[in-house]
Formats: sequence, structure tokens, C-alpha cells
Amino acid sequence: MTEHFEQWGEQEMKKKRAAGVFFSLMLTAGLLAGCGGNQQGGSSSGGNGGGGGGGDVIKIGANLELSGGVASYGQSIAEGVELAFEEINKEGINGKKLELVKVDNKSEAAEATNGAIKLISQDKVAAIIGSATSTNTLAQVQIANDNKVPIITPSGTSETVTVKDGKVNEFVFRTCFIDPFQGTVAAKFALNDLKVKKAAVLIDSASDYSKGLAASFKETFTAGGGQIVAEEAYVAKDTDFRATLTSIKSANPEFLFLPGYYEEVGLIVKQARELGLNVPIMGGDGWDSPKLVEIAGKDALNNTYITNHYSSGDPDPKIQEFVKAFKAKYNKAPDAFNALGYDTAYFLADAIKRAGSADPVKIKDALAQTKDLQLVTGTFTVDQNHNPVKSAIILEYKDGQQQFKTKVNP
Amino acid sequence: MELIQQLVNGISLGSIYALIALGYTMVYGIVRLINFAHGDVFMIGSFVGFYAVTMLGVGFFPALLLAMAACAVLGVVIERIAYKPLRNATRIAVLITAIGVSLLIEYVTIYLRGAQPEAYPSTLLSDRNLELFGVVISSQSLFILGTSLVLMVLLQFIVHRTKIGKAMRAVSHDAEAARLMGINVDNTISATFAIGSALAGAAGVIFGIYYTKIEPLMGILPGLKAFVAAVLGGIGIIPGAMVGGLLLGVIESLVSGLGYSLWRDGVAFVILILILIFRPAGLFGKNVREKV
Repeated sequence: MTEHFEQWGEQEMKKKRAAGVFFSLMLTAGLLAGCGGNQQGGSSSGGNGGGGGGGDVIKIGANLELSGGVASYGQSIAEGVELAFEEINKEGINGKKLELVKVDNKSEAAEATNGAIKLISQDKVAAIIGSATSTNTLAQVQIANDNKVPIITPSGTSETVTVKDGKVNEFVFRTCFIDPFQGTVAAKFALNDLKVKKAAVLIDSASDYSKGLAASFKETFTAGGGQIVAEEAYVAKDTDFRATLTSIKSANPEFLFLPGYYEEVGLIVKQARELGLNVPIMGGDGWDSPKLVEIAGKDALNNTYITNHYSSGDPDPKIQEFVKAFKAKYNKAPDAFNALGYDTAYFLADAIKRAGSADPVKIKDALAQTKDLQLVTGTFTVDQNHNPVKSAIILEYKDGQQQFKTKVNP
Repeated sequence: MELIQQLVNGISLGSIYALIALGYTMVYGIVRLINFAHGDVFMIGSFVGFYAVTMLGVGFFPALLLAMAACAVLGVVIERIAYKPLRNATRIAVLITAIGVSLLIEYVTIYLRGAQPEAYPSTLLSDRNLELFGVVISSQSLFILGTSLVLMVLLQFIVHRTKIGKAMRAVSHDAEAARLMGINVDNTISATFAIGSALAGAAGVIFGIYYTKIEPLMGILPGLKAFVAAVLGGIGIIPGAMVGGLLLGVIESLVSGLGYSLWRDGVAFVILILILIFRPAGLFGKNVREKV
């Protein structure tokens, strides 16, 4: 038996090495193809913008999570974008119509990179919408900057998406607020409204988003006189959190901060309630999905809160108009990702209009100069770090329904 | 108190590993093949159970039986199509085929229904929490443990008290001699795949109820962990797989409970490495030199 395993190990190793060589060749080929395509892409869309003779459509890419772990975000964003494109195309922008080219990145960073290369080199898009998560957007940043094509993430809230090592990623923008803001809002809400002093934090250590929210939460919470009694981590795709939750429970926290994505969060909330951890639990926009209620169950979700971009229950007329249009098309109430997708399309359309051209570099300049743009998820101005300055809201889950709790301005 | 709670957590997790590990170990025992597609049979079982509950509206036991039957058929089909033609090929060829079958099942499932996760209906088993001296035990985990135990006892009975079990033991001991004695070796191997896969199917349904979320790639990690459990107990030895599974579940829970939850998977594989180095025959294995 020993011999058998040794032999197996050796063979396996050889196979792995061969696979490694193969993949690096593939990757190099892919990158070369991407670079080659860039020059063509730049010149052709430049021609479009300058002469206007190159057809009357402007191609916009969407690199979204249409399947995989966070498919619900990507699908929601796509719905929002499609609704907005329909409305925009009724009048057109400078006599042109927008055409959406979608690619599915399967909720994986490597696929997101491939998707961006395909959109830029093959489809020659003027701009890319997506991806939904910070990690998948970060996987495209280099390509966007190198190829000079702007990319707007509707919901990637990690600070590092637009700013890296103190330097702004010139071609990367977002429609949502950033993690430190969500973490700060959550910490203040815990201290002032829930009046808790001892908090536990459970983060997804594989996610930039989760780590970002947790860092700003801890900073604000301890600065406000609170104490972090337990700090634990998990990795995306885990299914058993009972052991970790048991040790959190024994630290006796009054509050659990759980910044993560709905797949794991649903399981964690369910297992926490099973183990008798009945304290309030709070998270960010990563919770926002109908799947969360299915996975966690509506009873377990009572006494949980999230920070979010928008609520369909907000009485603002601009929001109600959007809710009506959305219901007419999809026959359901829009969630925050629908709203962010919709806003991203308008954010982009506004910039293309002001740029007066489909040239990616001119669109980028116009995006950076966006000021006081009225959108569904708030009125916003893009700051020098390519982040919009806008408000956040807090929602509470009651019997599986999100209820509007309060609105917080920056 | 926390320690006991962690033990309870670990035993529930371990009984799922044990059920999957049994299939690994039975197949290895009889054809000396590590069936890497086993984790994916587990996934298919989970989905069959899910669709049986949501579409046909059946209860827990019919869903469990349906999943077991579907997986038994799938196991036999895999064996007949992918492994039987390679019966006299090198072991590495069969092993690579097994990896291929595993990827095939995963991505055909994604192609057919997409990669989005599904949530098992929570009403399937009543979930009440029992509190004993500050330790919370959900009625679900007791039920799961009970079902696993019954299946394991049933398996022991089949292997040691029935004709097919006797044939399985004979083929595992020496396939050539068994053939000379008039045992239909091909049918016996198929029966082993059927039983092992049915157990994986049962584990799939149980996993779905306990952890709620199922998705097409869910079989990979539990499959690998069950492989570790099988090796830990001594691959090819049935009681070894049970003990290995439970032990691995408990070790993982204790590691997480000590605050090293990120090291949990790492620890499982370190155990695999240590066992292979120091006791390659596993905890229950006798060190028998293979005759050449």
C-alpha cells in the first residue's frame, strides 16, 4: 500500500507540474491577445467617436456574476442596467443607442479577468459595467488601466478598488459608497441605537469587502467606548460554523458584526440562532438577496440589521418612480442591486452625453467630473478618489421582510 | 461546557464524513481505486433529494430513499462506463479517469441548472433545540446521527451476513481466486459501487438538511475530507471509515473552537500527510506487505 501511494504521489506531482506549465502558457497567450486587441479597440472606438460614421450604437460591456456563489447580485444588476438602457434608448445619446454586451464571470476572479479581456479585445466596448463584488472588480483593474477603458462597479464597496497605495486607479469608478462608510455607520448604530458595548466580529478572510467593513467597524466601535470581545474568521464556501459560533458565544457578546455575503451569512445566522446566540446581528449590503431569507429562515433573521444603498420603501418621488417602472417590467420590487445597476447605467449615460463621444478616455474624464447627479440611490458627486459622496440607510429584517429604519448622511 | 458543545458539533459533522468515507473505502477495498467522483455522487444525491422534496412534495424518508436509489444507479453507470473498460489498465489511468468523471459530473450539473445555490426547505424535519446542562443539541442533529448509525449497522449486516457481502469480501481478498470459485466478479463490483454510492446519496440529503445550502461544487471538499477520513481509519476497512470520519469531524470542531477556524482544512490535510508517513495502513490497518 505504501508503494502504491508513493507512486501515486510522484505521478500526481508530474501531472501538476505539467498543468502549471500549460496554464502559464495559456495565461501568457491570453494576455498577449488582450494587449494586441487593445490597440485595435482603441482606434476603432476612437473612430466611432470622432467621425461618427462607424455606426450608431455604442457598445457597453457588462462583466457580471450571472452564475456562481453571488449570482443573485449579478443578475439583479443586469436587470437594473437593462431597464435603464431601455429608457435611455428611447431618446438615444447624441443620436446613438447603447448596446449591452454581457459576460458571465461565474463569481470567480479569474473568470472576471478573462471577461474583461474578451469585452475589450473582441467586443471593443466603450466602457464596462461590473463586477458586483470588490474582489472580482479588482481582478479587472489592471486590464482597465492598461487598455484605457473605464470600468464602473455598481456595488464593489472595497476602498482598494479605486485607490491603490495612495494612487487613484484612473479608469476605475463606482456607483456605491465605500466600506469604511458602511462599517462606521454600523458601529454608530450599534453604539447609539442598540446601546451595546461588547461586540464580536466574524469576517470572511477571503474577501476584501468583509475585511474592509470589519476594520472600519472596529475602529469606530472602540473609539466610541465599545469593546471587541471576540474576533473570528471563516473562508467563503465553508458550511459549518457551529464550532466558531460556539466559541464566540462563550465570549458573551451583546452584538455580532457579520460583514459577509448572503450564502455564508445565511448559514451563519441560522446556525447562530440554533446554538442560542440570540444577540442582534448586523452586516452590510452583502446580505441583500432573497436567497438570504431562504437559507437562514425568517425567524432566525429577526433582530438583524444591515446597512444598504437604498430601500424601495423610501418615500422619495424619484425612488417611487423607479420602483413603479421596475415593477411594470419585472413584476417584483427592486432590491438595492437592481437600483445600483440602474444608477450605474445612468451615471455612464450622463458621462457619455457630456463627453459627446464614445471614446473611452473622454468618457473617463467625464465620469470623473460628475457633479450633483440625481440618481435613485442618492444625489452624488464623484470625489478625487473616484468615490461617490452619498447617503446610506439602515434596514431591519422583520419576519423575512426588510424594513426601512433610518437614513444616514456622510 | 464549551468542550462538550464542540464535541456535539464535531460528531454531527463527522457522521456525514463517515457516510461518504464508507463509499470510498468499500470501492478501494474491492478494486483498489480511489473514486474521486464519489464526492460528486454525494452532490447529485443532495440535489435529487432537494428536487424530490420541492417538486414531488415528498417527506424526508421518501426523499432519502429516492436519492439513495438514484445514486446507486449513477454509481453503477459510472463503474460500467468509465472504470470497467479500464479494469486491466494501470492504476494511474483509472485514477485520472476518476478525476475526469468527477469534473464531468460537476460541470454537466452546472450546465443543466446553473451554479447558483439552492436552499433545502427548513420544514422537512422539525427542528427543536434540546438543552442538556447548557449544551444545545438540535433534534435535527440527533436525527442525522441516528440515520447515519442505522445505515452503518445495515452496511455491516450486508457485508458480514449476506451472500453478496460474502462475495464482496472474497473479491476484495483475491479477485482471481473468487472468479475461479464461481463468483461473478463484475456483478459484485457493481454491487459495491451501488451500495457505496447509495450511502453517499444519503449523506447528500442529510447534508442538505443540516447545512441548508447546496450547490454543484459542494461535493469537492467533503469528498476530499472523507478521503482523509478513510485513509485515517485505514482505507479498505469499513469500521475504519466510520471511526475516521467521526474522529476527523471532532478534530475539526476542536480546532475551530480553539480559535483557529482558518486552519481547520489545513489540519485535516496535515493529518492525511502524517498518517501516510507514519502509519500508511491507517489506524485500523494491519501492515501487510503486498505480494508482487
